[in-house]
Amino acid sequence: MIRTRHRIATLAGALAAASTLAACGSDTGGAGGDAGPPQPGGTLRYGLSSAPTCSDPAQASSNQTLYVTRQIVDSLTDQDPETGEIRPWLARSWEAGPDAKVFTFHLADNVTFSDGSPLTADSVRKTFDSITKLGAAKAPLANGFLINYVGTTAVDKLTARVEFSKPNAQFLQASASTQLGIQGEATTAKPAEQRCDGSNVGSGPFVYTAYRQDVSATLTKRPGYAWGSDVFGHKGEAYLDRIDFTVVPESGVRTGSLTSGQLDAVSDALPQDLPLLEAANARLLTTPNPGVPFGFQPNVTRGPLRDAAVRQALLPAIDRRQLVDTVLGPQFKPASSTLASTTPGYQDLSTKLAYDPAKARTLLDQAGWVPGGDGIRVKNGERLSFNVVFSQVFAGNKAIIELVQQQLRKVGVDLRLDLVSVPESTARQNAKDYDSYYYNTTRADGDILRNSFTVEGRNLNVRERIPALDEVLENQLSAADTTARLALIRTAQERILDNGLWIPTVELSQAIGAAGTVQDLKFEASARLQFFDAWLSGR
Amino acid sequence: MVRYLTLRVAQAIWVLWAAFTVSFVVLYLLPADPVSIAAGGAETGSPADPAAIAELQARYGLDQPLWQQYWTALGHALRGDLGYSIVTGQTVTQAIGETLPSTLGLAALTLLFAAVGGVGLAFAATATRRPWLRNTLAALPSIGVAVPTFFTGLLLLQLFSFHWRLAPAFGGHGFSGTVLPALTLALPIGAVIAQVLTSGLENTWRQPFVDVALAKGGSRWWVRRKHVLRPASIPTFTIAGVLVGHILAGAVVVEAVFARPGVGRLTQTAVLAQDIPIVQGIVLLSAVIFVTVNLVVDLIYPLLDPRIAARHRSVRTGTEQGSPANTLDITEEVALRA
Repeated sequence: MIRTRHRIATLAGALAAASTLAACGSDTGGAGGDAGPPQPGGTLRYGLSSAPTCSDPAQASSNQTLYVTRQIVDSLTDQDPETGEIRPWLARSWEAGPDAKVFTFHLADNVTFSDGSPLTADSVRKTFDSITKLGAAKAPLANGFLINYVGTTAVDKLTARVEFSKPNAQFLQASASTQLGIQGEATTAKPAEQRCDGSNVGSGPFVYTAYRQDVSATLTKRPGYAWGSDVFGHKGEAYLDRIDFTVVPESGVRTGSLTSGQLDAVSDALPQDLPLLEAANARLLTTPNPGVPFGFQPNVTRGPLRDAAVRQALLPAIDRRQLVDTVLGPQFKPASSTLASTTPGYQDLSTKLAYDPAKARTLLDQAGWVPGGDGIRVKNGERLSFNVVFSQVFAGNKAIIELVQQQLRKVGVDLRLDLVSVPESTARQNAKDYDSYYYNTTRADGDILRNSFTVEGRNLNVRERIPALDEVLENQLSAADTTARLALIRTAQERILDNGLWIPTVELSQAIGAAGTVQDLKFEASARLQFFDAWLSGR
Repeated sequence: MVRYLTLRVAQAIWVLWAAFTVSFVVLYLLPADPVSIAAGGAETGSPADPAAIAELQARYGLDQPLWQQYWTALGHALRGDLGYSIVTGQTVTQAIGETLPSTLGLAALTLLFAAVGGVGLAFAATATRRPWLRNTLAALPSIGVAVPTFFTGLLLLQLFSFHWRLAPAFGGHGFSGTVLPALTLALPIGAVIAQVLTSGLENTWRQPFVDVALAKGGSRWWVRRKHVLRPASIPTFTIAGVLVGHILAGAVVVEAVFARPGVGRLTQTAVLAQDIPIVQGIVLLSAVIFVTVNLVVDLIYPLLDPRIAARHRSVRTGTEQGSPANTLDITEEVALRA
């Protein structure tokens, strides 16, 4: 039944696309603004680049999973993608205790889940309790957000008090995340596996009507939805009647399906597809991911990277502008700090990262690394040569690292590429078997620095304690005052660079291909899609 | 026949056990463990949390000694319980059961296209008396085998789906959604059928009994149909197992290109994520399919040539040793009989 409807929709879309032949402007950044007032109705057909791993927002971690699950749950708060500010959603107001251990949320009244049950403080308690029961293995991100969770108390019907045993200032931003979206008891009472089958009950603007693992997910509009977040562009129900997500793994097929009108929007459009998209009156919607940008994390116990001077010299030895211009294209940005530019608390450190090969050479000369016969520097018989372990999770990784290799060679540094499969990359990282490890992490809160860089965190630097840095990273968790906390996060970014613990390269961007008829498809603060304001023009 | 069947079933069980054991050993020799992938980080390449990995290992019993895991898995498999996918939490039987119909549909249409195309081409190549045409037609299968499936698929999509909009590009169901992937997959398989059948027809045509039949006044077409086709087709049936292998392997590529939710794509995602229970389930399924196909082929031989059935009887009475599937000397015998 669904299949038939799908085919009819496909046909209709093909006809619609066939009738639009006008050439496109250069609007590849934002949503088209001159399409007139939003029209409700219609089905948006979306091509995912890989299958969602599970229908449960709490267990979601990949972008493709989050594009789907974000739509079916509301969170306690929302985060403004422009300012990073936390704004009301299910919670109309909240208070944080002075030491960031207690958070009290005052919920909106008359909110219901899609099965008709009301949202109460108890729903919040059951949702968070069930996440800790799922465990870090099934819900790694959600459990990270609830670190040191003690419990939730229903103070009254609409007041929930969440308590932690240690300060947890990042929790307020985490309360805006999809992973901590509030679900009804019909879901939270279920075991992990049964929460993956598309039966999830949320209070979001869309509900699951079909979910087939590895194939497709169909969402329909929730009638009577009236409790949208303050960040949303309009009040009331979503505009779209339906969203059909289909998994289309091959990028050429996604692009072809978009340009031939079989899909309305697709994930992971490639920069080289841009001319094709523009010729078909489609656009590329992009936004830089917040969190830790791509970069090298040196293992400070191995090879020449033990030498802090070498790590310092690598910072000005990389021409980040060239990386973006040569490999990626205009929708990407060079990294300019330890955090990506869209992360709250981001500190612009681009002067420390400015391309200056002469400076790099001077630093290495001063540290006693002198050019050897083949141009690679040597000190006490040791060649200035180190490897980088990386995987192709992002298609541009290899080309970028190859270019970095050429740039480093110019200052006498030999970078050896160690491209491995995702499984092997995980194994190497667990065994700490690398000179440097290349990756990025998405999170719209500076606390990601603590996860990635404290000695108690993943510590891929394999370093000893550096009190000046570790204290800042830990203290930001207990700073209930936002301004004070952001100041600590700024300091942390600087100290990580000064210790040469991160050699940033480029910021990851999401690139969504969207037909000309798709209007106001927006990114939320964590660079995942929010379909609430989206609508289809010219139907 | 009963003894023959018993022997074949015992053989099949042995093959299944070997497939299970070899896949188990190979999967555990791989450098990474699947739980660290499942515990997050795989998508962004960012590191996974060691505590989460330990928790997941305990959940799936992967912290136990290898031999113990092997016995547990084997015991469960014997009861038809193949465990849970480490990535999605679905049961393996459910995951495979949901994807199997799509692949079976694809395989059926592929075989139909391949058989019609392959047999047609073989007939055309051997029937024509013009050498240039015969040579041209005989060279076509090599091209069919050489062109990568991936390329054929994208080319067909570009033309029939994106340009002319005659068929859906992805997630296809029903005939219109299966025709392009089946054509893509049928190309190399039809080519193999054409190659083997062409050479079978040519060899048989050179046998003396053909001359006898022609001398008796039979037309070329009649002789070909009545006397040549059956013995000439036996080698084609012999390679049925290889063809099934082609389809299963080809499905991995074709189902990825056409976004078909089949066993091939399940294989691809499971291998990438090292989802061991799923991979093992697919290995077992493939083994069952191979064993069944070969059994069916062995049962078809006697229908194609009564003398093979006669040999079955002699095997039973112990007067002659040898596999009933041995077809190498058949044309000789046919010649003698004629």
